[in-house]
Amino acid sequence: MPQVTLTVNGKAHTVEVEGRTLLVELLREKLRLTGTHVGCDTSQCGACVVHVNGDSVKSCTMLALQADGAQVTTIEGLAKPDGTLHPMQEAFREYHALQCGFCTPGMVMSAIDLVQKHPQGLSEKEIREGLEGNLCRCTGYHNIVKAIAAAADVMHGKRTEVARAAE
Amino acid sequence: MNVVVPFEGIGASVRRKEDLRFLSGRGQYTDDIVRPGQTAAYILRSPHAHATIRAIDTAAAKAMPGVVAVFTGADMAGIGGLPCGWQIHSKDGSPMAEPKHPVLAEGKVRHVGDPVAVVIAETRAQAKDAAEAIQVDYAVLPSAATMEAALAPGAPLIHEGAPGNLCYDWHIGDKAANDAAFARAAKVVSFETTNNRLVPNAMEPRAALGDYDPTTGEYTLWTTSQNPHVIRLLMGAFVLQIPEAKLRVVAPDVGGGFGSKIYHYAEEAIVTWAAGKIGRPVKWTAERTESFQSDAHGRDHVTKAELALDADGRFLALRVSTKANMGAYLSTFAPCVPTYLYATLLAGVYTTPTIYAEVKAVFTNTVPVDAYRGAGRPEATYLLERLVDIAAAETGIDRIEIRRRNFIPTDAFPYQTPVALQYDSGNYHATLDEALKAADWAGFEARRAEAAKRGKLRGIGCSTYLEACGIAPSAVVGSLGARAGLYEVGTIRVHPTGSVTVLTGAHSHGQGHETTFAQLVADRLGVPVAQVDVVHGDTAKVPFGMGTYGSRSLAVGGSAMFKAMDKVIAKGKKIAAHLMEASVEDIEFDRGTFRVAGTDKAKSLAEIALAAYVPHNYPIEELEPGLEETAFYDPKNFTYPGGCHVAEVEIDPETGRATVVTFTAVDDVGRVINPMIVEGQVQGGVAQGIGQALLEQAVYDENGQLLSASMMDYTMPRADDLPLVGVATHTTLCTHNPLGVKGCGEVGAIGSPPAVMNAVVDALRDYGVRHIEMPATPAKIWGIINAGRPMAAE
Repeated sequence: MPQVTLTVNGKAHTVEVEGRTLLVELLREKLRLTGTHVGCDTSQCGACVVHVNGDSVKSCTMLALQADGAQVTTIEGLAKPDGTLHPMQEAFREYHALQCGFCTPGMVMSAIDLVQKHPQGLSEKEIREGLEGNLCRCTGYHNIVKAIAAAADVMHGKRTEVARAAE
Repeated sequence: MNVVVPFEGIGASVRRKEDLRFLSGRGQYTDDIVRPGQTAAYILRSPHAHATIRAIDTAAAKAMPGVVAVFTGADMAGIGGLPCGWQIHSKDGSPMAEPKHPVLAEGKVRHVGDPVAVVIAETRAQAKDAAEAIQVDYAVLPSAATMEAALAPGAPLIHEGAPGNLCYDWHIGDKAANDAAFARAAKVVSFETTNNRLVPNAMEPRAALGDYDPTTGEYTLWTTSQNPHVIRLLMGAFVLQIPEAKLRVVAPDVGGGFGSKIYHYAEEAIVTWAAGKIGRPVKWTAERTESFQSDAHGRDHVTKAELALDADGRFLALRVSTKANMGAYLSTFAPCVPTYLYATLLAGVYTTPTIYAEVKAVFTNTVPVDAYRGAGRPEATYLLERLVDIAAAETGIDRIEIRRRNFIPTDAFPYQTPVALQYDSGNYHATLDEALKAADWAGFEARRAEAAKRGKLRGIGCSTYLEACGIAPSAVVGSLGARAGLYEVGTIRVHPTGSVTVLTGAHSHGQGHETTFAQLVADRLGVPVAQVDVVHGDTAKVPFGMGTYGSRSLAVGGSAMFKAMDKVIAKGKKIAAHLMEASVEDIEFDRGTFRVAGTDKAKSLAEIALAAYVPHNYPIEELEPGLEETAFYDPKNFTYPGGCHVAEVEIDPETGRATVVTFTAVDDVGRVINPMIVEGQVQGGVAQGIGQALLEQAVYDENGQLLSASMMDYTMPRADDLPLVGVATHTTLCTHNPLGVKGCGEVGAIGSPPAVMNAVVDALRDYGVRHIEMPATPAKIWGIINAGRPMAAE
């Protein structure tokens, strides 16, 4: 069986895979990183989004072998070793941007990439369009949009924490 | 030591306890669980809507790499069918047709996706490969993909025991009085409509993992369920004949349900049974197309409705005739959805004195249809609120005024409707007034004019809705055909040092119970939320439970906890009386402190708990040690949330696309425990309602092929399809449960579709449109705008 060597959340792995094994299968089944989910099999829902070499990628749409040599970050790799959450994770909690939690890992990974690629900031419309590849059935996106806007401000240094003002 | 903590009780938007694990990738969903020696199952499903199976040859599949076993319906002979939990009787008193729903097909398939065989292999890929090697010899039969086709003379017969493909022909109401009221009406308004068939599409596909321990004879099933105890009961008692004590069902983290994960599905029985057969754990996880072909769908009604009015626009009578699609088999709750969750809601918020409804439930060669978020109540609400808008247009009475004229007055509660329900509380004028103000209804014409300058057609619409949830009083539903009670169970376990574990039969799959329920305890017992753990979803841990659906978790499950806390406090008072040498009658309890009335003598809950578990100084002759109480709460009535939703849409006449630009919801959900969670529930429900109104529809072709069988073909609402959703609450308390709560999980999906559709029709008022069917797709709207207009020259 062919081998793939890749770094996931800072750890190097060499894994035997079938040619048809998808990146998400490698992550979930071989490395037991089950935070990355599969919701649709057709690249519509985005529950499987991870970062590959800094770009958000649907890991159900990429063969594991294509990730040879890649740096992969999953939801498990976002928080600091001391447990401090990434501002996007913190904002999702603060703004109640998740309910069942199933789309959440992919949504957070997509949102981070979206914010990073827009250093000039994002309008509500741009956030909504940027989430085109991620489906959520629980929230109606309202709080996800708010959380991303708040996290963007923190990630771009416009404010220091995501704490929501008393409403 | 006193630690100052922020207020975490009833009314506080406490951030959710469950979020940290979900945000860190540490959720434990069924497919995340791996058991030693686990195998993978793949289900071979029927590609035909209707066919007899002449033969199945599994020899080649069994010889494929990694294959452990292949089973067909013949192997499962003797296993019971999937049971139905509700029996409806027809007008003539006869029971509904209730054909067997086999776990694996027995000689015949009745819908595309009907399970035919299961392959169990070392890996999922091997199981799927081997499934392709199974030879099934089908004799394809003519099929009935629609109710019209199924009811036509000479239609293909789907079940031997259901002549004419009719499940039941039911009615409610006084027909003679109804006819008489129509005879004296000044005006009758009618319309026909189809409530579009929807696919719930929780983001987590269904999954099931069965395990068997031959040394104890114990089975364990992990499953994506909203109600593990119900699955244990149905599967254990009716399908596999496993005693409860030998069957554990766990519903761990579940990624959304919306109704679709209430029911006992074939795959749960297959993996449990197969694990026993092969002596290894068996896991099945749906691919999304399997979800489309096997999760129960929602809605799918065809209805004619007539409203009789007097000369002043007061509603005299409502007459409704509905055909409801059951699909190929009866799913667990299916028969009650178009009857007791639909026709009983047809009074809505109005004083209509007489209502008559008849409902025919029809078998078709489609996936079974059952409760989906709202379940019957969205269908009733849509019907009523469209009919009221049509009546307003045809009488010339303003849309708001005709509603006000017919509202149940605020001082008329308790209010008995002509269709069985008795509403306990509500204030429909207040929610309407607040919604109109929040949405600036009065200022709309300026916005319409401004949009027109941009070439857009802008419309506004509202719905004033009511629903019945918090299901339900056991004796009442029993008399209506339910085969189970609908109480809930709660245990409050106060530990020796004063922290608390709550065991609940409700199940959280997005609703935030771990937080809301902890707030109930914090509020009453004074224990910080961080020290209250909520346990749910495991029949081995929780005594019993009926699960989460019908917006019942707080109204019924929360009330059970409240009752259990009553018992904890009562026992604590006896212990406190002993410790402080006072009489029990003199002990007062408030948020964690037992006090001798009129003195400064007091003991904390933690001190009482310690005394209960270390009973050195304790009334041991009269009182058992320990501080743990369980309560079963059976509700006295349904609860009746209501409110007003206002939608504004803009239509681009070039493309026909309607976009909801603003949405305002003012809901009366009773007492609000966590406003942040309530708002989130309403926003999510509204998104599904907007999806129904504008985007979503399950489409079958005439041969029963499901054309919308993936997320590429079925339009799920995306972030850029939806607006911000403004949510406010106006509270009238439920009068019959101890928390005063009504339920908020479904109101969004119930109130919103007619508000959106009334706005779409309003936007198109210059085109002479009376009614548009859901979903109001660009193609439909473009067709209306361009009807009668010559096609542009090529």
